Amino acid sequence: MNRDSNAYTFLFATLMVLVVASSLAFTASSLKELQISNVRKEKMQNILATIGIETEREAAEVLYNKYITEELTLKEDGSLDPDINAFDIKLNNELRKNYSDQRFPIYVAVVEEEKYYVIPLRGKGLWDAIWGYIALEEDKNTIKGAVFDHKGETAGLGAEITQQWFRNRFLGEKVFDLQGNLIGINVSKTNNDPKNLDKDDHEVDAISGATITGDGVTEMIKERLTHYLPYLKQGKSIVALYN
Amino acid sequence: MKNKKRLKTETTSIFFVSKDQEPLLSKKNRKLLTDPMDDNNPITVQVLGICSALAITVQLKPALVMSISVMAVMAASNVIISLLRNLIPNRIRIIVQLVVVASMVILVDQILRAFAYDVSKELSIFIGLIITNCIVMGRLEAFALGNGVWKSFLDGVGNAAGYGFILILVAFFRELFGSGKLFGYQVIPESIYEMGYVNNGLMLLSPMALITVGLIIWIQRYRNRILIEKN
Amino acid sequence: MESYLNLFVKSIFVENMIFAYFLGMCSYLAVSKTVKTAVGLGFAVIFVLAITVPINFLLDTYLLRPGALSWFDKSYANLDLSFLSFIMFIAVIASMVQLVEMVVEKFAPALYGALGIFLPLIAVNCAILGGSLFMQQKDFSGIAESAIYGLGSGVGWLLAILAIAAIREKITYSNVPAPLRGLGITFIITGLMALGFMSFMGIKI
Repeated sequence: MNRDSNAYTFLFATLMVLVVASSLAFTASSLKELQISNVRKEKMQNILATIGIETEREAAEVLYNKYITEELTLKEDGSLDPDINAFDIKLNNELRKNYSDQRFPIYVAVVEEEKYYVIPLRGKGLWDAIWGYIALEEDKNTIKGAVFDHKGETAGLGAEITQQWFRNRFLGEKVFDLQGNLIGINVSKTNNDPKNLDKDDHEVDAISGATITGDGVTEMIKERLTHYLPYLKQGKSIVALYN
Repeated sequence: MKNKKRLKTETTSIFFVSKDQEPLLSKKNRKLLTDPMDDNNPITVQVLGICSALAITVQLKPALVMSISVMAVMAASNVIISLLRNLIPNRIRIIVQLVVVASMVILVDQILRAFAYDVSKELSIFIGLIITNCIVMGRLEAFALGNGVWKSFLDGVGNAAGYGFILILVAFFRELFGSGKLFGYQVIPESIYEMGYVNNGLMLLSPMALITVGLIIWIQRYRNRILIEKN
Repeated sequence: MESYLNLFVKSIFVENMIFAYFLGMCSYLAVSKTVKTAVGLGFAVIFVLAITVPINFLLDTYLLRPGALSWFDKSYANLDLSFLSFIMFIAVIASMVQLVEMVVEKFAPALYGALGIFLPLIAVNCAILGGSLFMQQKDFSGIAESAIYGLGSGVGWLLAILAIAAIREKITYSNVPAPLRGLGITFIITGLMALGFMSFMGIKI
């Protein structure tokens, strides 16, 4: 057949589309399970890391089921919404909804009889979204641990928020002040306490060269925690916890 | 100068396609592999494929994965186009090439997401940009459409290796001087930091990638004066 | 309104395609020898980016992303075609470039004379595909945002190629070390310009 005829061109194009489409659809659908489970396991791994359990990705699921005792979905007033599975909530989709339709997931973990509350975070860094998880101890005030991740922060600078040494600076810091007001954690460049010995100053040392990413972390922690205030303050006086 | 040379190797290889008797790694075939490493390097000489490359050269690991991905895409699409070269209708050949490259890239992307999730997160959109990496399309158009399967395969691997070589070289310097590490392992010992050495944060920022490539070109052309451009 | 302006300025200066992401470098280096051709290519890029980014946005929202097909029928809510986005985007870009070429040739021959030879080059310009892929990552809320992002990225690209072309025209009179002439010095100048552009980083408007 003539290679330049219209009929041949159409035939070739049709065949090509069919072959390409079916082979791509086949690979995509056969790898889909693995890809989804990667994302799920990474989330579990992150949540576990905040309560001090570092694990390989493969082992995450087993440990997650062991330590995470409750997955709660909160409404804005702090009451529970039993219809929605907290683990399936994707914060970036959630933030686009009307405020009254938004739900706030929180995970309750028990490790060696200590109770922890893990709250997912999401905010903006320098270039793009940043997110993470923060775990509070049973007093709902002291930070047990935090993990952060990002979409496109500058590698080597802002991207360092994912590193262990940065995350460790948050350990033991408090998110409420003595009067019970939510302060959050200030990622600060002008820190009087670079060794991070003072755990009551609501400040951690910033990464030099990553000011805006650091401000994003500060902003994100405070903004997200605000939504959990009704739940965190339930039945307890924060002031009393200090005494 | 370089064009003349390339033309010559191409015409001779077209000539040899009919009698495929030469050994698999004959001198000419080896040249297909080694030429792009230096004299005909896709980045520093042919000026192709810089786009998707430099943004991921902050650390060695993503640079290495990127090079391997480009190599897989180039080798596979070169082979496919070369197999189909007598069937592809001339009028839609660019679209056919784009489709072949795009599907290869999708395959690589899907496989990375399933089996190397962390790396795929790091490379994010830059995997997709392999599609518009000019080296891939350039070699398909200039070589695979007119040459046999084995030669096209070698050409793909060779050019991808030349590309990867520059990528890894840039990443090596940026990671070493920017964060004192290689492949994420600390190589500059603690004692040197104690003497007052500081990592150069500037190396981590994107402009330094361009300047590093500029310096590499300088060194290469200083060694190989044939490549110097006339004003 | 303010957020649109913010996005526009940001996509020109802060997230400049060339200086921040190195996208479209091949044509940037190849076509920047004289200002005249650089301007031609620059406008062609603006044109194509401003058209393809919103089209791909619609494609992504109503066809590709997980659950995107639920407007069509509720039973498709679980369908995820996002693995096709690369191939769909590049197909849209290639066909839009062809279409634009034909339309411009028919209705604006003068413009075609100026842009014509550059249009085919653009299908494989990384900045164009990059624009669409960034758009997909950024989760824009509406078509206006994506159009402004496309336009802004294009303007940023034009700015970059215009600047380097002007410098390259002048630098031919300078005594650059022979091995550095041409490509080498262009890389280094681009690097220095990118350093300058970094000072826009983190600006809040």
